Amino acid sequence: MSDYHFHWVMALRDLPSLLQGAVVTLQLTILSMIIGVGVSVPLAVMRWQGRGVWSGVAGAWVDVARNTPVLLQVYAVYFGLGAYGFNISSYAATLLAISFNNIGYLIEIFRGGLATVPRYQYISGRSLGMSATQAYAYIVWPQLLRIVFYSVMTQMIWAMLNTSLGLLIGLRELAGAAEQAQSVNYRTLETFAMAALLYYLMAKLLILGAELLYARLYGRR
Amino acid sequence: MIEIRNVRKSFGETMILNGISLDVHQGELLCLIGGSGSGKSTLLQCINGLEPIQGGEILVDGVDICSKSVSINHLRRKVGMVFQQYEAFPHLTALENVALAPRVVAKVPRREALANAHRHLTHVGLGDKASFYPRNLSGGQQQRLAIARALAMEPRYMLFDEVTSALDPELVAEVLDTMRTLRREGMTMVVVTHDMDFVRESADRVAFLSAGEICEIGSVKQVMMNPQTEIVQKFLGRRSSS
Ligand SMILES: Nc1ncnc2c1ncn2[C@@H]1O[C@H](COP(=O)(O)OP(=O)(O)OP(=O)(O)O)[C@@H](O)[C@H]1O
Ligand SMILES: [Mg+2]
Repeated sequence: MSDYHFHWVMALRDLPSLLQGAVVTLQLTILSMIIGVGVSVPLAVMRWQGRGVWSGVAGAWVDVARNTPVLLQVYAVYFGLGAYGFNISSYAATLLAISFNNIGYLIEIFRGGLATVPRYQYISGRSLGMSATQAYAYIVWPQLLRIVFYSVMTQMIWAMLNTSLGLLIGLRELAGAAEQAQSVNYRTLETFAMAALLYYLMAKLLILGAELLYARLYGRR
Repeated sequence: MIEIRNVRKSFGETMILNGISLDVHQGELLCLIGGSGSGKSTLLQCINGLEPIQGGEILVDGVDICSKSVSINHLRRKVGMVFQQYEAFPHLTALENVALAPRVVAKVPRREALANAHRHLTHVGLGDKASFYPRNLSGGQQQRLAIARALAMEPRYMLFDEVTSALDPELVAEVLDTMRTLRREGMTMVVVTHDMDFVRESADRVAFLSAGEICEIGSVKQVMMNPQTEIVQKFLGRRSSS
């Protein structure tokens, strides 16, 4: 049998600092998704129309973001920008890197969704006098969001889990806080188990929040 | 009045409209007929500014729709269009389908837009279906919804592109009835159709398109009863014998 003895009470003393880290993780996840959706939607539209410089930019972005390790994306932002004299905090570097990664995946998700909304939906909107932006915003986008909702949720959870890479550049998000706590309390397994449970609960919380937000904006799915 | 002057349209190398000239007079119902691929849908989409043209001009109430100084979105509000494909917005109820464009394009306040939408739904016989989603409406009801949605922008002209072609036969009549009602009310309409009975009964004038050109244009009597060109004779002969 194992001779590891669990001492939950000792580990639980570090719960407050883990919760502080969890707040950072949540913030990074939500912000990186807002940035991710905001940037990827116009790029997805341009990539879908398949013309021009921006379509090429979107294509390259997808290519790089999805074919390199997220860890290296985090390093690239933190050390890369640092090398050019832009010293940014580990928080900002993690946020930028995770957003970069989100954008790459979300462009492909939205582009795939765009292909499933019949072209006549858009044309009808235009024929009613809507501008291209209005037709996308009021007609294509709500239908698209319904279709890609779960893919976007998966991406959001992926983003949340990836924020733990911030630990490697000294960020005290949830994984970083757990790492720090266990190095002092020596309750390694208990501390990381608590962190894992918190990640799990946050994932559920984020999906619930997104579902409520969706229902609020667009009615039932 | 819509004035179409020597309009040319090509997709890449292929010429689709080869110098079309045509006037649509106020209050008339003009039917466009012709074989498949002759350019009827393309012509309607050009009139509505949905497809750019490569030559000639299109004037709506004297305004050139291609001129850089006019907003095409503004012009489209004058010209409503209904397509063959059912294109009701599936994420919105019938009422919201009709109220959407007035709200976002014409900036009509929400309550007023919804009240107007209800009036337009009632007009096409869908007053009791306001809260239905398109998936719970029949094809004929969806097409009438599309008509109501176009009418909600209070257009001066309506373009119909084979709006009954995708419908089950028993649903065709209700849509045609709605169009006849509009005609009685004085709406100016351009109707692309393969339904020669509708043309004979309802059209003021008929234009026959072939290979991107107008072969014949005139009253129903002239074109339908006494066609001058062989190609129209053949087309009509094939229809009446089938
Ligand atoms: N977006 C497009 N790109 C290239 N060619 C097109 C496009 N749209 C239409 N065409 C071509 O233009 C020609 C005219 O098409 P159009 O749809 O206007 O014909 P139509 O008279 O409406 O035919 P139908 O009775 O079958 O609806 C066809 O040969 C068609 O293949
Ligand atoms: Mg057609």
